[in-house]
Amino acid sequence: MDETTPALRIAVLVKHVPDTQFDRHLNGDDRTTDRSESILSELDEYALEAALQLVEAHGGDGAGHRVTAVTMGGAGAVNAVKKSLQIGAHEGVHLTDDALAGSDASGTSRALAAVIRHLGDVDLVLTGMASTDGETSLVPAQLAELLELPQVTFASSLELRHDGGAWHLTARRESDNVAETVESTLPAIVSVTDQINEPRYPNFKGIMAAKKKQISVLSLADVGVDPSEVGHAGAWTRVEDAQPRPARSQGVIITDEGDAGRRLVDFLAEQKLL
Amino acid sequence: MAKVLVYIDTPGENLHKTDRELLTLAATLGEPAVALVGELGDQVAAELGAYGVGAVYQPSNAGLDELLVAGKAAFLAAAAEAADAGAVLLGNTFEAKEIAARAGIRLSSGVITDAVAVDESFAVTKAVFAGSYTVNASVTTGRPIITVKANSVEAAAPQGGTAPAVHPVDVAAPAAARITGRSEKAPSGRPSLDEARIVVAGGRGVDGDFGPLEDLADALGGAVGASRAATDAGWIDHSAQIGQTGKTVSPQLYVSAGISGAIQQKAGMQTAKIIVAINKDPDAPVFEIADFGIVGDLTSVLPQATEEIRKRRT
Ligand SMILES: Cc1cc2nc3c(=O)[nH]c(=O)nc-3n(C[C@H](O)[C@H](O)[C@H](O)COP(=O)(O)OP(=O)(O)OC[C@H]3O[C@@H](n4cnc5c(N)ncnc54)[C@H](O)[C@@H]3O)c2cc1C
Repeated sequence: MDETTPALRIAVLVKHVPDTQFDRHLNGDDRTTDRSESILSELDEYALEAALQLVEAHGGDGAGHRVTAVTMGGAGAVNAVKKSLQIGAHEGVHLTDDALAGSDASGTSRALAAVIRHLGDVDLVLTGMASTDGETSLVPAQLAELLELPQVTFASSLELRHDGGAWHLTARRESDNVAETVESTLPAIVSVTDQINEPRYPNFKGIMAAKKKQISVLSLADVGVDPSEVGHAGAWTRVEDAQPRPARSQGVIITDEGDAGRRLVDFLAEQKLL
Repeated sequence: MAKVLVYIDTPGENLHKTDRELLTLAATLGEPAVALVGELGDQVAAELGAYGVGAVYQPSNAGLDELLVAGKAAFLAAAAEAADAGAVLLGNTFEAKEIAARAGIRLSSGVITDAVAVDESFAVTKAVFAGSYTVNASVTTGRPIITVKANSVEAAAPQGGTAPAVHPVDVAAPAAARITGRSEKAPSGRPSLDEARIVVAGGRGVDGDFGPLEDLADALGGAVGASRAATDAGWIDHSAQIGQTGKTVSPQLYVSAGISGAIQQKAGMQTAKIIVAINKDPDAPVFEIADFGIVGDLTSVLPQATEEIRKRRT
């Protein structure tokens, strides 16, 4: 590694999720119960933690590195940024504009790409992995395409090193049948999985310090996006209708009296599953 | 009739089941064509012809495989333009969704993922919010790009046909991360979780030994899945995890053993057609969504079921 590593600027994309996303009575352990009150998507906490660990691994706050928490959306969205500042991000950015309502993945990606360009000197964009559904899983890949940056999605480990005058990243990715090592120079965009780390909690000091941190509020005009490119107007897909699916009802529940395995096979035979 | 371009990565010697499903669907929507990253063997060429594929587009430059996603997306977008495709269909793996996402930007086209049905006007049916809503959605701009879940269509038996014409497509290598190391995991010999019609999944209650689950899965021809508690404990590979941060599966049958049924677990399996749950605790939340529940010990129930299936088969 070089003697003098330049300061890193990391943008972490965070979003606000309603408290109700996680059903409380189902969460057995304290950790998830606590998180059900979280106002920052828990999957984004892994991205923020990854950013903070990278800063710590390269000289800490004193080295001039900056972690910027970025969010977009209505007034509530800023809570995700506030929470990030309490956990340890250095500054926040909140893109808010009435025209953003109804954005699909491409609109969201265009707006976020514009924010990253507006920030100017971002070395690394970090995001959480998406939840299982919702087209939001498309956003990191679309951002990479729009910004013409290398993408590394689903990283389960992430390291940076500075040599030859540039930052380089090494990440690991796991899929069904292969584990991959991936390398890239920065700038790049990386999404991380829930395997990468154990996110920290804000402590009292962090909560106090957050009060002095800056949140810049930006409009679409500030980042140079025409309102017609985002929101309902700029969407490339449309949901025609949504039907709630009938809730699954409980079927037959039996207690094992020594023959439950055979009764299970009877059930499978009835359902023509053998 | 408009061309419907099916994205196929590397078929190997024969087409994968999901590829055949996509080709079957494409043939019902228009004229099937294929964008193929890997090698085109004689057998695959014959199979494609039998599915009515007249044209195959392939990258003229090698090495796209080493570029994470970006290269394949650039190729797919170029192939869609070369074919003047009316729509593009892909599988529903994480990588396929990302390729779709990036190709969507390149083609200024809308992308819809997780489709379970696609009609002639390319309107898509899908489940959202962990299966609690069924949504109809359509692409309003560009060439519809749709990723389709496995088992959404019954693959037709291929018939006759002639080998398709091959068209090379030039692709400029985009900025991308490079895959510099790859270690293959030992194949399990079981169907993949994405494709399996039967999934047998275990959780913390398995207490370290997935043997009884593997035996039942093998007797049923199914795949083995797990809760995060089981993968975190290192009892089974992380890729077996089902749920919010793992795989989403919708098999014909999901057998849940020693899993409590946390909301993050349910998010990945509650669209299964039939759910069977085995749990020691009569109050386990998984019973609320089970079609058939057994309050009992999995270490006795599963082996008995496996033995019974084997007995009935002989
Ligand atoms: C951000 C985040 C993402 C997550 N993503 C996922 C995810 O993708 N998938 C996932 O599964 N979880 C996920 N979780 C974790 C989830 O909240 C639960 O902690 C987890 O699903 C519990 O796994 P389990 O049911 O195996 O273990 P437990 O909840 O401990 O349940 C074990 C069950 O086994 C039963 N049992 C014990 N012994 C036996 C026996 N011999 N026979 C029969 N039954 C027995 C017990 O009665 C109990 O019900 C996530 C959590 C977070 C915070």
